Amino acid sequence: MRKAAVTTVSTVAGVILLLSLKPHQNPAPDTTASPPPSGTPGASSSSAPKEHKPSSGGASGTYTGSVINTSYGPVQVSVTLSHGRITTVKALRTPSDRPRSQQIAADAVPRLTQEALSAQSAHIDAVSGATYTSEGYARSLQSALDRAGV
Amino acid sequence: MGTVFSFDLRDPATAPVRRALKEAVAWLHHVDEVFSTYRPDSAISRLDRGEPAPERYAPEVAEVFALCGEVAHTTGGWFTHTPGGRLDPSGLVKGWAIERASRMLYEAGARNTCVNGGGDVQLRGEAAPGVPWRIGIAHPTRPGELAAVVTGRDLAVATSGTAERGAHVVDPHTGEPATALASLTLVGHGLTRTDAYATAAFAMGDGALDWVEARDGHEGLGITAAGEIWHTPGFPRATGAGP
Repeated sequence: MRKAAVTTVSTVAGVILLLSLKPHQNPAPDTTASPPPSGTPGASSSSAPKEHKPSSGGASGTYTGSVINTSYGPVQVSVTLSHGRITTVKALRTPSDRPRSQQIAADAVPRLTQEALSAQSAHIDAVSGATYTSEGYARSLQSALDRAGV
Repeated sequence: MGTVFSFDLRDPATAPVRRALKEAVAWLHHVDEVFSTYRPDSAISRLDRGEPAPERYAPEVAEVFALCGEVAHTTGGWFTHTPGGRLDPSGLVKGWAIERASRMLYEAGARNTCVNGGGDVQLRGEAAPGVPWRIGIAHPTRPGELAAVVTGRDLAVATSGTAERGAHVVDPHTGEPATALASLTLVGHGLTRTDAYATAAFAMGDGALDWVEARDGHEGLGITAAGEIWHTPGFPRATGAGP
């Protein structure tokens, strides 16, 4: 048995890192060309931070990922892109075949969704340890991105 | 099985930072190509089969093996890069790759960053001016709940556990899966050693607390298979959280 595979889901990592480039607001004048963050730093936001990076087209629209079966039940997400950038990730299907499923669905998936959008929540910056449905979530997200061709 | 890496940068995205970010992602892909045990054509897979690996990878492979040897020594053999007789330095490589990715960003001017590889996290600086990072420790047996929150600056946080992938850490002395602990979280400064030590300490089971306590610069939080939670006295701000 091995501890972990060292692989990356390239598109997801690439997209996440772009979206995570959210300059925090500080008293010093912002010398970059970035637009200010669309929300309060640390606050949860349903939309992705705006990106000013020049984008030559890229896919737009909503793409549905594959259903991925995890040990906690099926996971499926859809991703909405605007010119190749994620604007929304929605959990279409969350684990529901176990008594604890609703709690998992309520806790794990929204947090993961938030993480994919901003890598930030109001109280926790990251989670160490078991991420439960994250694997299935990431795979469904990847398949949606594959369909979008980004 | 793959691991998702994410980068969370709290500094202004200057051109050098953006460039470093691209290089860091490329670096992780490179590490995968060289060290993945799931790729038959990786340097590690070739070496495991007794075949020569490409010369250009020799310095990196040598560096990783040297680190593995050092950690094996420090842990009294509780860490091994040949679990089950197969060449597999994954228990060290992920932390090593993340720590270096974090350094690449730092050197480009990103002073406040969080690089997360499947729940093993290298943090630099702080979450916001005057605000330390807050890292939730997933509860190994209660999905969606946190067992604790670690707060701090310039930290590495690594968790080894049975929750997500089952009993996957082998006791190198017996060859049997380690089952005394459900989860072991280690906090240090550099993720290379913190991650590898977490794997070793997890394998130690009941002996983990004493070993971690004796380590300068590292603190630990363990959750036993029976659900008891312990932590070393200096564990930075381990507090109960979640319902």
